[in-house]
Amino acid sequence: MMFKISPENWAFLIEFAWLCAKAAGLLGFVSLSVMFLIWWERKVSAHIQSRLGPMRVGWHGCLQTIADTIKLLLKENIVAKDTDKVSFWLAPLVSFVAAFLPFAAIPFAKNLVVQDFGLGLLYIFAVSSLGVIGVFMAGWGSGNKYSLLGAMRASAQIISYEIPLVLSVLSIVMLTGSLNMTKIVEAQGQVWFAFSQPIAFLIYFISALAETNRAPFDISEAESELVAGFHTEYSGMKFSMFFLAEYTNMFVVSAIAATLFLGGWQGPFLPGIFWFLAKVYFLIFLMMWIRWTFPRFRVDQLMNFAWKFLVPLAFLNILATALFLVLKK
Amino acid sequence: MWSNFLSASIFYLIAIVGIIFAILSVTLKNMFHSALALIVMLLGVAVVYIYLDAEFLALVQILIYVGAIMTLVIFAIMLTAEIYNKNIKRHNQQKLISLIIASSMAGFLIFVLSRFKAQAGVSFFEPLTLAMIGKELLTKYVLPFELISIILLAALVGSAAISKKE
Repeated sequence: MMFKISPENWAFLIEFAWLCAKAAGLLGFVSLSVMFLIWWERKVSAHIQSRLGPMRVGWHGCLQTIADTIKLLLKENIVAKDTDKVSFWLAPLVSFVAAFLPFAAIPFAKNLVVQDFGLGLLYIFAVSSLGVIGVFMAGWGSGNKYSLLGAMRASAQIISYEIPLVLSVLSIVMLTGSLNMTKIVEAQGQVWFAFSQPIAFLIYFISALAETNRAPFDISEAESELVAGFHTEYSGMKFSMFFLAEYTNMFVVSAIAATLFLGGWQGPFLPGIFWFLAKVYFLIFLMMWIRWTFPRFRVDQLMNFAWKFLVPLAFLNILATALFLVLKK
Repeated sequence: MWSNFLSASIFYLIAIVGIIFAILSVTLKNMFHSALALIVMLLGVAVVYIYLDAEFLALVQILIYVGAIMTLVIFAIMLTAEIYNKNIKRHNQQKLISLIIASSMAGFLIFVLSRFKAQAGVSFFEPLTLAMIGKELLTKYVLPFELISIILLAALVGSAAISKKE
């Protein structure tokens, strides 16, 4: 029996193929961007510490990451005896997929977005909440106390800081009345939300640092206490998948910050994509700067800071925003 | 023909995956694996919501069930003493009771849903906007909404009180 394919089914199939092509293009962009960011981080850290950083491979070591990737690909695949095979193998994949999925709703420029969801912001928070599962799987699957402790720390931190993160974003949603990323960008034609909502921006940025497990919130992989945290047992390609996920996460939180608070793609003269990428990479540079200049928080300080300072402050900010909206009416 | 077949086969694929992982989550020997199977099953439910054009429900399902509740479940498992002891056998002494409860619940649902007839001219899946959901929650359903919040708060305070004693 033959199936007849009607025109609308053809349209569906073409749209499906087009979506796949967009996703593949995005994947290529993300990999290139991560390669650049790893080199950039090494250079930034080196110059902050009065060193040179990688200098040998390419101009100022710009091809160093490619050489490192080839080395990681060729490494022996080491799997310790007590690992839980399923969790151990799937964990890097889950981490990376959770880091990559939010890209679908991030507008890179006007009309340059994979899928312009009405519920874009909610989608981003929903899919990025899956990242914790990958951390758990890695920590538990490694069958190693350091990994387990690292995973517990990382996930406790991610869960705690997710609350002020979402609360700070809520005030932006209240001001625009929409969860659509494009609409939120367009609402900032006059003034960026970073200026009209400075407290929300600060709360978001601090929580984002903690969400990505970056210093000063990197107790989850504190070298002096935990070897390397939840990815202690990983090597070769699986290790580089975690690295890829970490830098992709940095890009995602900075892209959300640029979209929600810094006016997204909007800017004078130059094309939108340039402004968007400039804002994103500036925020990532800020994250690197903070990482290499501040010491690490202690565990109890970290939790106290989230629950006793950031969460109440975020609630107050929401209250103030609501009052402002009511009085304006 | 083709589109009916396509949509039906997508639905059955989701349903079969969901059922397989639901069974796995109660039969697997390892607690952590059970939790992972339950996560896949809950994601399957979210996909069913997307299939029914209820995107908001699907996203909330992922955010709350996978992002929050399953994370807590895994936390509880990982905090268990002797989690790495491979000799621990998982046994279930309440098989009979749970079978009775589950099958009576399923029977009840099948009974209700088979008698349900949508009124003519009223679309069952009317496109709901987020604004509509919010308005209904804070006007018509404000009492149940607040009650649920208080129950959740009570559970939170209660669990903190219990864990503090030890």
